Amino acid sequence: MTPIAPAGSTASQSTDISGSGFDEAESASQRPVVCLQSISKVFSNGTLALQDMSLDVRQREFVSLLGPSGCGKSTALRIIAGLGAPTSGNVDWPQSGTDRKPQNAIGFVFQEPTLMPWATVFDNVRLPLRLAGQSKRQSRERVMEALESVGLEDFARAYPRELSGGMKMRVSIARALVPRPQLLLMDEPFAALDEITRFKLNNDILRLKEKYGWTVIFVTHSVFESVYLSSRIVVMAARPGRVIKEVTVDAPVARDESFRTSAQYAAYCRTTSEALHDAISASHRDMA
Amino acid sequence: MADDAPPPQAATVSRWISILRIALPIAMLLLAVAAWWLIVWVKEIPPYIMPAPNLVARSLVNDWPTLYPALLVTVKITFTALALALIGGVALAIVISQSSWIELALYPYAVILQVTPIVAIAPLILIYAPSTQTALLICAFLVAFFPILSNMTQGLKSVDHNLLNLYELYGASRLQTLLLLKLPASQPYFLTGLRIGGGLALIAAVVAEFAAGTAGEGSGLAFRLLESQYRMNLPRLFAALIMLTGTGIAIFGLTSLISHLMLRRWHQSAVTREN
Repeated sequence: MTPIAPAGSTASQSTDISGSGFDEAESASQRPVVCLQSISKVFSNGTLALQDMSLDVRQREFVSLLGPSGCGKSTALRIIAGLGAPTSGNVDWPQSGTDRKPQNAIGFVFQEPTLMPWATVFDNVRLPLRLAGQSKRQSRERVMEALESVGLEDFARAYPRELSGGMKMRVSIARALVPRPQLLLMDEPFAALDEITRFKLNNDILRLKEKYGWTVIFVTHSVFESVYLSSRIVVMAARPGRVIKEVTVDAPVARDESFRTSAQYAAYCRTTSEALHDAISASHRDMA
Repeated sequence: MADDAPPPQAATVSRWISILRIALPIAMLLLAVAAWWLIVWVKEIPPYIMPAPNLVARSLVNDWPTLYPALLVTVKITFTALALALIGGVALAIVISQSSWIELALYPYAVILQVTPIVAIAPLILIYAPSTQTALLICAFLVAFFPILSNMTQGLKSVDHNLLNLYELYGASRLQTLLLLKLPASQPYFLTGLRIGGGLALIAAVVAEFAAGTAGEGSGLAFRLLESQYRMNLPRLFAALIMLTGTGIAIFGLTSLISHLMLRRWHQSAVTREN
């Protein structure tokens, strides 16, 4: 399967109703949000975590990085977030006009909820705004809106320990969306959750992505999750971490549980599974 | 979510448990005092070797005018030393946590001060300090300082790396990271340091006074204790001992209360397990 840019087609399907502003939005969406140009990363212990990775992510795309552990998918995500520089290569932000990442334009969701246990749900979600210097009063409305969009408006005063794993993850997502980022980076956010909660949060993410027009880069090791969520899947191999294949999921953006049982879904799962299998065989097992 | 309204049976049980929680230690104490009394009475031990509890109680009342000012001196030294140790320990921990070079330069000296027995350096401190009171204060400070410093340093370093990444991602300044993340996150460590330091400050104040052996107006409980020993006034010695123990328990209670108030909303250690 050849990688074709799905952003144009999917975006046009979803923005058809927007009418006159459509052309402008379309041309902006042609420019990638972020470009990785031959990124390599060598850790201090000499491990080649990432070798020559290039990736363009366009506006409103949902890109999954899929691969076995050690394939550098999390490393790539952290480099995009600006947490640690690549050893060689560039991260380019064509829409900001500079090579610096736009301030507050990125939301990051970690594998763990990563909440401050001593702070209430409200204060946890408010954190990005607080760090940007906004007062509690100024940020109240946006924090409550974020909490409402993940269905936790009644838990603003609760402490993280009073919440279930899934609820904590929702708080983490609310915190990521409160600065209204263009680009959402998610590092295996649902890996530690049970399947029912994971399915529910998958749907939440798709709904929120549509609502806020996010571009998402999503790290996962689940074939099914990546097919369900993505418009494009980047399959990576380990040792050294590199891109093996790209799978474009050419299915409607608005997906629901019925998609999980469709023939199309099954076909994409098979294609992606095969690609992942190739990636695993391509990973040098002797170094594992 | 926690079940807010437990069934009535459970409420009765939990009330009994909370009564027992207070009654049991008191009963044990009464039992121990009764046993003490009985042994002294049956074996006819003379008061200059082992006074009966009633003699000690009488001494506590009669010698109050002598013992109470001494208690105040000891308590004042203990709490001043603890306060200085808290300020110094936390401040130095913050400085150390900013740079591993500073840590490398300063930490060994903190360790040297800690591992040198306080009784061994007390004579030196007595020579160099402007007054005996200051010398006692320095001794108590040196002992209480290290547990606070080492716990606080550990706390500031033990912040969740993902949270640090998150702060970096949102462009937090060093000061914001310190105030909003590192200090709150190290609360449990700080409180451990406080509890250990509080207990040690009292011990060090007493030990230093033993070493200094000050007499007269400004003397603390430790000196009164030694004095009672020289005079074979054992009831007063026991009375002084009880006052010291009481002070120690009060400090422990106070630091535990502070700890509970600071952690009860969020930390695992302060939350009752619900299963």
